[in-house]
Amino acid sequence: MHSKDIKKLSLILLFSPFALWILLLIILPHIGMVVLSLKEKVAPRVYQYSFANYLDFLHEPIYWNTLLRTGSMSLLVTALALLIGFPIAYYIAKIAGPRARGGLFLLCLIPLWVSDLIRSYGWILLLRETGVISNFLLWTGMTGEPIEFLYNDAAVIIGLVYTVILFMIVPLVSTLDGMDNSMIEAGYNLGGNGFTVLRRIIIPYAMPGIVAGCIVTFMLSAGSYLTPILLGGKNSSWFTEQIYNQFITRFNWEGGAAFGMLLLLFTSLVIWLGLKLSGQTLANTVAKS
Amino acid sequence: MKQNTPTYDLQCQDLCKNFGAFRAVKDVSFEIPSGSFFSILGPSGCGKTTLMRMIAGFEDPSGGDIRIKGKSVLGVPPNRRNVKMVFQHLALFPMMNVYENIAYGLRCNGVSNDQIKRRVQDVLERIALPDVAEREIHQLSGGQKQRIAIARCMVLDPDVLLLDEPLGALDLKLREAMKIELKLLQHQFNTTFIYITHDQSEALVMSDNVAIMNQGQFEQIGTPQELYHRPRTAFVAGFVGDSNRWSGKVRSADGTGGKVETEQGLTMSFSAGAGQTIGEGDRVEIFVRPEFIRTVRAADADAIDGDGDNRMDGTIDSLLFNGANSRVLVRTGSGELIESDVTLTGDNDLKPGEAVRLVWSSRQAMCFAGGEQA
Repeated sequence: MHSKDIKKLSLILLFSPFALWILLLIILPHIGMVVLSLKEKVAPRVYQYSFANYLDFLHEPIYWNTLLRTGSMSLLVTALALLIGFPIAYYIAKIAGPRARGGLFLLCLIPLWVSDLIRSYGWILLLRETGVISNFLLWTGMTGEPIEFLYNDAAVIIGLVYTVILFMIVPLVSTLDGMDNSMIEAGYNLGGNGFTVLRRIIIPYAMPGIVAGCIVTFMLSAGSYLTPILLGGKNSSWFTEQIYNQFITRFNWEGGAAFGMLLLLFTSLVIWLGLKLSGQTLANTVAKS
Repeated sequence: MKQNTPTYDLQCQDLCKNFGAFRAVKDVSFEIPSGSFFSILGPSGCGKTTLMRMIAGFEDPSGGDIRIKGKSVLGVPPNRRNVKMVFQHLALFPMMNVYENIAYGLRCNGVSNDQIKRRVQDVLERIALPDVAEREIHQLSGGQKQRIAIARCMVLDPDVLLLDEPLGALDLKLREAMKIELKLLQHQFNTTFIYITHDQSEALVMSDNVAIMNQGQFEQIGTPQELYHRPRTAFVAGFVGDSNRWSGKVRSADGTGGKVETEQGLTMSFSAGAGQTIGEGDRVEIFVRPEFIRTVRAADADAIDGDGDNRMDGTIDSLLFNGANSRVLVRTGSGELIESDVTLTGDNDLKPGEAVRLVWSSRQAMCFAGGEQA
């Protein structure tokens, strides 16, 4: 009896920080956002419930265009991160020796020790008109005048891929690591060439990791604010910027809340579609890695 | 150089493999006749897996030649060799069902869909699992997985099938059943099987021929009976089957037999191991199998007759009951333990503490020169 009470107590003590975190920092704010987004200002300090904020979004093409643009750019970032991250993950998990593996993994982690802001400034130093690359091209004589590499879509995508690629590599390494080497050898032994083995064995096996990595990178990319603003400037038109504008510039909290909910719904929809198309479930992808 | 003869499915000549300074496989040569079951038996780390990986094409030999059906396969990548392999943990593809697993190799070879369907069904019937095509791999039992792994290779009509300790992961009962099953499958497909194992009972039960491998070299190739009854080296005598083992010095010898005194001070008669000449004063190792030692009660000892020119008195230290394979440990006067097989009938059996006499023939005491200390 006594020990049972202690068990119960320790369970409560262990569980309560988690429960508080979920409740206070995730569930309550989101309920607040939903309530807020459904309010419409009819007169000063007079509100009524309606879908007006959501209708605003639909009636103003620039809003939903921005959202679609954010979505498609994020998909591109995700695809690029997968394309670049997969060979890196494969090398770390399957080709590098056990000692090199730890070092390489660490190298992938190091950029994460620096804040988003500093990393973006790093890119600014490289890409701006008076930056390293521009000066180098001037010095070699390949160009006659300084070039501005910043404030375009390419700069935003480069910066985002750099920021999120780690979250692609980690789940990929862990799934590929769990793959028995003899599976690959069996693929060759039964007559497959390199391409067949990749397409029919390695990629299907790594699918949970690929999907998990894609979900995380897509979410991070669509929800990022600093990188698109700093590297894309006024041209970035990222949806998070619209949310910021509603809240801070226009002081329209109701509109901002609606936009926030829309971003959440939109990204969830994309992920749901992705899971349906790849035949995976949340349980065997993100929850696993 | 030997003439290429089509009756050999696989020939290896002076095959070597070095990993840096370590020589994993040293000058191994052998030939395997078509349609036979050949085992490579050796302790772990003896180089047998490296040898197999060279045959499959996953490792390049440092020297020597491998010929399949008379043609050298050096430099041929693994996916172009008609040598298929059953991996230790089978390596079935978990993301494909049984049908797709078996069809994989056929698809790689560009076989048409109709053909694939026919051949997969055909091979499933031959392994007596006609209804599992649509199952997922994780729904199969251990023995079924085993058979699917073999079917996946056999559907491609390989010249040689390599099996890398595929029974290692199974429990004892199933392993016993699979031994017989594998032998039957080999008969049925009539393909050359090369079976790698460290388990001697697997090798002895299934094989037509067994090669004993130790430290990168073949010690002896022969039928299971030859290896068991006429081992050519001390390693083979000690590795295949159980043995009582002594080292000692030859007191008197006439070339094929003689008397030896062991380090414990026992004197016994011996016969020289296959093809050996043992001279006086040589250091030797003697092996006597437990089933060739008769154990009789001291009281009945004088009644025994026949070819028991080695006799030793002792008391039973313990009795290891294991049904038909029961054994006694007898402590001799000099304090060492000798193992001997006994038949226990459940009626008036030997009991620990009883005084007994051990009797065995000098023909069953195999002797090898140069006894390295084991």
